[in-house]
Amino acid sequence: MANSEEQIRSLVFDALRAALGRPVELSDDTNITEGLGLDSVAVMDFVMEIEDALDISIPLDRIAEVKTIGDLIATARDLKGNR
Amino acid sequence: MALFDKYAPLMGQFESLESTGYNPFNVSFDRVLSPTEGMIAGRRILLLGTNNYLGLTYDPDVIDAAVAATRNLGAGTTGSRVANGSYGGHRQLERHLADFYGRRHCMVFSTGYQANLGILSALAGKDDHLILDADSHASIYDGSRLGHAQVTRFRHNDPDDLDNRLRRLADTPGDKVIVVEGIYSMLGDTAPLREFVEVKRKWGAYLVVDEAHSLGVLGRTGRGLAEAAGVEDEVDFIVGTFSKSLGGIGGFCVSDMDGFDILRVASRPYMFTASLPPAVVAAVTEALNQLRHRPALRQQLMDNARRFHAGLGDLGFQVGPEASPVVSAIMPDPKTAFAFWTRLLEAGLYTNVSLPPATPKGLALLRSSVSAAHSRSQIDHALSLFADTGRELGLIPAEPVVQPEIRAAAQ
Repeated sequence: MANSEEQIRSLVFDALRAALGRPVELSDDTNITEGLGLDSVAVMDFVMEIEDALDISIPLDRIAEVKTIGDLIATARDLKGNR
Repeated sequence: MALFDKYAPLMGQFESLESTGYNPFNVSFDRVLSPTEGMIAGRRILLLGTNNYLGLTYDPDVIDAAVAATRNLGAGTTGSRVANGSYGGHRQLERHLADFYGRRHCMVFSTGYQANLGILSALAGKDDHLILDADSHASIYDGSRLGHAQVTRFRHNDPDDLDNRLRRLADTPGDKVIVVEGIYSMLGDTAPLREFVEVKRKWGAYLVVDEAHSLGVLGRTGRGLAEAAGVEDEVDFIVGTFSKSLGGIGGFCVSDMDGFDILRVASRPYMFTASLPPAVVAAVTEALNQLRHRPALRQQLMDNARRFHAGLGDLGFQVGPEASPVVSAIMPDPKTAFAFWTRLLEAGLYTNVSLPPATPKGLALLRSSVSAAHSRSQIDHALSLFADTGRELGLIPAEPVVQPEIRAAAQ
């Protein structure tokens, strides 16, 4: 089970690249909506891949707070830790 | 201007559409002539994008009821039912809807959008959980936020993913409310309701079904998908709208749950808005009567839907998975969708363009809605315009994928 920060990061990078359908330079500071041009539904769809892989559900209000990849990793770790 | 800076990208897109002279999001009809025809810029247009499923907007009895109600009761109610009182017609419409659904309770709202806002925000509070189908209508998403519940979404029409979501919440306190739709408004597909009901029972959750696009369309008596799937007893709340098959405006929720009426003083979108005017209440009451007593309308609607859906598929268009009054052709990109839409309008056919994020999976759609009021020749004319345009734009083969005579032989 992918629990470490590094494992979650690589999960997020893979899911984002799959969602975008193109290779792209990513870091914790990458802004998911403004930087990558994903609309609100595309973000929620790509988050589902992370949820599946980690067996967590990220509530929509928590997704709405996410701006960067780093935020998403922190949120996923937080929810994973609380289970 | 700074206040609107956040809309700069949207403004750019909107203005570029305006500059073409054909903006699908800013269409104005000079006149509407019937459920299937209108005038735009002095030209007669065939309407294939108005959600007027049973074509009841011009029914003489519906119009007479609206006129009489206006003469007798005035143009508007000027207030909310809670603060300023209900009219007899509001209560009568609620009784008729409850009777139609065989349920004890009904609440009527001033729009279908508000019905979802009012029900979802009141059912699930801060410590409860709403689990939404990912392709839910904007009113379901917005209603979910209004009540401050924890909201998660599951993959569209996927009972296993719903099961996963509920399992993850099993040890979390609070009630769980599942929300799905009968017919989805973008691709016209239906929910696997029997499977969802099994999951709901397994986890002791509640189930809300929004029959906005399936009322008057599906089921033996037109009650919607829950009736068609034979699971009405397991659906705790049915939400619907008056603005599609019933040809008016407004929304409703029916339920058998004890204590339901407390929502009248708990649901803010019900309390803090003006009630429906007498004309609308009377028209919708009569339209419901027509829906109940004229099953031939439903038959005609589905005949038209199947003809148009199969016709587009035979031409080589990629369409939704099942025939329903919502028929969408999947376009390769938004630009092509706009071009297609414009050419159809120039040829005298009105449809809709639907784009992400309103559509699932980032799809650009050219969306049509079929009516019982369409004649067979109108449907065939629309198909021929789709064929011409699709070929001009290189989207479909020069010859139909399935020859009409082969389909006729197979039927």
